[in-house]
Amino acid sequence: MIQVLAFYLFAAVTIASAVFVILSRNPVHSVLWLILAFFNAAGLMVLVGAEFIAMLLVIVYVGAVAVLFLFVVMMLDIDFASMRAGFIRNLPLGVAVAVILLAELLLVVGAYGAGGIDIGTTDGSRATPLGLSNIEALGALLYSDYILLFEIAGIILLVAMIGAIVLTFQPPKPGARGRQNVGKQIARRPEEATVMKNPEYGKGVEL
Amino acid sequence: MISAGGIGIEHYLTVGAILFVLGVLGIFLNRKNVIVILMAIELILLAVNINLVAFSAFMGDLVGQVFAMLVLTVAAAEAAIGLAILFIYFRGHGTIAVDDVNRMKG
Repeated sequence: MIQVLAFYLFAAVTIASAVFVILSRNPVHSVLWLILAFFNAAGLMVLVGAEFIAMLLVIVYVGAVAVLFLFVVMMLDIDFASMRAGFIRNLPLGVAVAVILLAELLLVVGAYGAGGIDIGTTDGSRATPLGLSNIEALGALLYSDYILLFEIAGIILLVAMIGAIVLTFQPPKPGARGRQNVGKQIARRPEEATVMKNPEYGKGVEL
Repeated sequence: MISAGGIGIEHYLTVGAILFVLGVLGIFLNRKNVIVILMAIELILLAVNINLVAFSAFMGDLVGQVFAMLVLTVAAAEAAIGLAILFIYFRGHGTIAVDDVNRMKG
């Protein structure tokens, strides 16, 4: 039963990664373990038939967590030379993670092809209707009955974006080159910015 | 889909519960490091997502996956705002050790 093997492998690696996330001394390692945990959770969701959420998890979480990773690297003074010094020591762990990840990638294809895991109700109702893909069914639901929820999600993201920009925005120093004076720009009128001249032939324009 | 090896909703809920507890534990273990606290919160939200998706499959109802998407959105927004606050804190203090943040204490 390839599905059972895939489930237990994904669950075990997810939990082990979560343990390493909270136990790592180095925050960069925590971030990398978190990424592994998200990948494996995505595998768990593929197994149960929620492909779209799984892909979203990889795109949004791993993308957002990559930014988190960047922040950690930028804000803490991590000694990269000493990190590279442990290369040989970390090699077995790295190779083990790589081998497990490869095995999982092959397993999830096999398990998905074999039909995934059915934990559904006894009356045989399915989350994704027969003849539809998960994304199609989810889209049909999201753009009709749950359009308000969808728009609320958009508003939440907009508020978060504006909030993050407002929080981290540093006003430029006064007198700095290229500084924008919005009031002066708005107060500018066409009649004081342009003049009509009617020069004679062969004469220049005196400004 | 076929029923495989007795994997049921209990297995998924167990994984979700373990992840949730690990997230809560991480918050208590790493009280000085706010970045790891944020990551522990992400773990908790991941556990919530696993529960939602598992129940969606169990009940035969796609709405659980719609709500999982909303949780994902909120998690992304939370990470963005949290990091922005962390950034301005770092700019003001030159450190991110949060165990002595008590300026707003009444």
